[in-house]
Amino acid sequence: MSAEKKTDFQVVNHSIPRRDGRVKVTGKAQYVADLKLIGMAYAKVLRSPYAHAKIISIDKSRAEAHPGVYCVVTGYDLQGINPYYGHAVKDHPLLAIDKVRYAGEAVAAVVAIDERTAFEALEFIEVKYEELKAVFTPEEALANDTPLLHEKQFEAGALRGFEGEVTAGRGTNICQSHKIQWGDVEKAFKEAAAVIEGNYYFPMTYAYAMEPYVAIADVNDQGVTIYSSAQHPFMVRHDLKSVFNLPVSAVRLVVPFVGGGYGSKSYTKIEPLVAACSWKAKRPVKLQLTVEEAMLTTRSDDAYTWMRTAVDANGKIIARQAKILMNTGAYAENSPLVVEKSTNRCVGPYAIPNVLIENSSLYTNTVPASSYRGFGCAQVTLPGESQIDELAAKIGKDPYEFRLANAAKPGEEFFPGMRPFDGTLKEDLETAAKAIDWNAPLPKNHGRTVACSGSDAGAYPLTSTAIRVHADGSVTILTGSTELGQGSHTVLPQIAAEELGIPFDKVRVVSSDTAITPYDRSTGASRTTTLMGSAVLEASRDAIQQMVVMAADVLKVKVEQIQVVRGGVRCGEAQLNWSEVISKFYALPDGEVIGRAYIRKSGKFSALPVFWETACTGVELSVDEETGKIQMEKLATVGDVGLAINPALAEGQDIGAATMGMGIGLFEELVYDGPQLLNGSILDYRVPRFSDLPKKVELHLVQNQDGVGPYGAKGGGEASLNSMAANIANAVDRAVGVRIRQAPLTPERVWRALKEKKKDEG
Amino acid sequence: MHLSFKLNGRQIEVECEAADTLAEVLRNTLNLNGTKVSCEVQVCGACTVLVDGVPISACTYLAYEARGKSVVTIEGLERPDGTLHPLQQAFIDEFAFQCGYCTPGMIMSAKALLDENPQPSRDEIIHHMDGNICRCTGYVPIVAAIERAAQEMAKETKK
Repeated sequence: MSAEKKTDFQVVNHSIPRRDGRVKVTGKAQYVADLKLIGMAYAKVLRSPYAHAKIISIDKSRAEAHPGVYCVVTGYDLQGINPYYGHAVKDHPLLAIDKVRYAGEAVAAVVAIDERTAFEALEFIEVKYEELKAVFTPEEALANDTPLLHEKQFEAGALRGFEGEVTAGRGTNICQSHKIQWGDVEKAFKEAAAVIEGNYYFPMTYAYAMEPYVAIADVNDQGVTIYSSAQHPFMVRHDLKSVFNLPVSAVRLVVPFVGGGYGSKSYTKIEPLVAACSWKAKRPVKLQLTVEEAMLTTRSDDAYTWMRTAVDANGKIIARQAKILMNTGAYAENSPLVVEKSTNRCVGPYAIPNVLIENSSLYTNTVPASSYRGFGCAQVTLPGESQIDELAAKIGKDPYEFRLANAAKPGEEFFPGMRPFDGTLKEDLETAAKAIDWNAPLPKNHGRTVACSGSDAGAYPLTSTAIRVHADGSVTILTGSTELGQGSHTVLPQIAAEELGIPFDKVRVVSSDTAITPYDRSTGASRTTTLMGSAVLEASRDAIQQMVVMAADVLKVKVEQIQVVRGGVRCGEAQLNWSEVISKFYALPDGEVIGRAYIRKSGKFSALPVFWETACTGVELSVDEETGKIQMEKLATVGDVGLAINPALAEGQDIGAATMGMGIGLFEELVYDGPQLLNGSILDYRVPRFSDLPKKVELHLVQNQDGVGPYGAKGGGEASLNSMAANIANAVDRAVGVRIRQAPLTPERVWRALKEKKKDEG
Repeated sequence: MHLSFKLNGRQIEVECEAADTLAEVLRNTLNLNGTKVSCEVQVCGACTVLVDGVPISACTYLAYEARGKSVVTIEGLERPDGTLHPLQQAFIDEFAFQCGYCTPGMIMSAKALLDENPQPSRDEIIHHMDGNICRCTGYVPIVAAIERAAQEMAKETKK
């Protein structure tokens, strides 16, 4: 419980319209795609047609002679820099060196006067390959005598909070393994009253941020400056510092508005490549990928899970065991952390006394997998929440009641060594069930279910900020948190305005410029409101403390005589607002006060996770038995957010996440046919559209001020995705009696399952 | 090649190549960056602009095809006095965007709908807007914004 249960909010907990509203609806918001630098050249990338091949030679002479081409960069041209990067494992060359590891890997880049010229010159580059045997699935990657993707061992990257060893390059294709264990699983399963066991597959997915990856690099004697669509500019800075062997102060990442991230723009992507292009071309270079190229850059890890869960005779869950193989593709990217998180997230928000989860990610010759909204959680919530429903059915309990009986309780240390549970699942589940009319009669072929998830979220607590209070009483927040659409440019000023007692309109934000904004580890894992929000709150209070001292100086009284009031100070009859304090102190209508705050893993942030990200979703769907097509009738989201700094934004995060999760439950899936992606374009990769909207949608928030963030807030924005695939699978089972252990539940899969069931019954 | 068309109510003259798309001319030559480009295959709707009142995908529409026609982009909706178009205001009021990348195209598609059908039903909105993808909002607030804008525009017409 947070000590601070303030409720008389002036600015916070109000759905104030977005700060970036006007620029976004008028087309004036600037994204990296809209930026141009003087003298800028353009790059295009040549990609490997092979999944696994040795590079025998690259002849770039004809391409370099093409009119308008400045230079062609290949893996042979990178002497003088460290071409391998990666925040977890430095296994990723910025251009293929000696061999290619997946179809679509960047092999060469042309830098030219414009994009069209660069594109034309690509075909004049001659690359000779010697094809190697490739592996595409974790099973193939683990087989005896299987080809190795990485022969050498790599350094660990800058990632902290992840404590695993670098297993890559130790003679296997294992990228990373993780295991959690407590209690005695074998004994518990022997004593169980009922057990559910099954194999599940969660597909590869593509986030489709509508702004594809784009970056502009300017590498010169001053250092490296990059404008990028990156979520975590400070993590990218670290990679660039290593690539160019520069001090931190010589690398600058600037991130304007980002056109969607959803985890896919976490960590370093094309920045080292575009920086190398600028370094070689000796001028600013822009690289804008197409959506097809973005699909060849990052995807989510697909997961093969064997899981079993047991209950005792009283309907108490007593054990869960899982073995997971995740397919991380050609390079580690963020998968080592995804493995760790998906292992932890198998426990779900349930108190289970006996647990054993073993998880490994495998290198394969496919597009590298990395973060995807809620990373690792959706992959294991499909099996986890499916088994909760199946167990309830097996022992004849209502699945909603069964969840209520087993859910972790507020304050319960359900995961040994981690922060006690800080959510209110009972209320979350009740709200979700009510929203979808849990007890109302169901028409034929309709199914109704609720599901939940609890994730160890917030990433690592390392965040700082500066709040500049100007002499006119207006405020500039300097924050390293990136505005991805989640609303940080609105929520952070709300917190500063609340603390300083000034109108929201007076507070502005400068974000994500590593040369200007103080360090923030990342904009992901739903952490910004909790961690950056806390930093903004503390920095505002720091500024107030400084202004109290200044006011005492101005009024020639003792500091203890100054009383803070809304928007200023008072001492006896004298009252000064912040503007008066600052201008009188400096004896000019100018100058400023800078409040600072540093958040680290200590005090209320010493326990990890920073918070348990908790949410429930409820669905009602119907199944057409003739076609197998699912119609979403109702969708309810319940975000357990502690306190919504801006309720409309919090609900917006939930419905956005739930819709992405619904897409995975119904039709989203990247499909490989041998070495090539079969549906590597938005023509073929189906994402939810207007016509996929559930007929009825309800959005709810549970606000018990039980988080560690400002005023008891905690993060949201990922959790509503996690349970959706399981929810859909469970509702289909309840609607038509078929259990599908794989997402998405396409009409074909549902139809085949129905046909199979009829055959069995017939 | 020389091209002349009406852009947001003003006649303009511009040089372009035969292969240039309208999106390229708007963004690269005229520096009107409000029109966003995403899929480049006419399935996401991010680059939607109006040509003679009809919504088209500027990413695949040759600039040459716009000769002598009237093109309206997101930059053309704000009124000279700075007031927003009712759709723009409704998108703000209903929180109908997050990252904002699909928003200009979304608003232009919605404008085409309301210009033709000022009081659309929910089903008509969904049917008309199905060619515009949004990855952030789950579409729910966008439908609400279009309904709200339709009401506001009906009030304005009555005045």
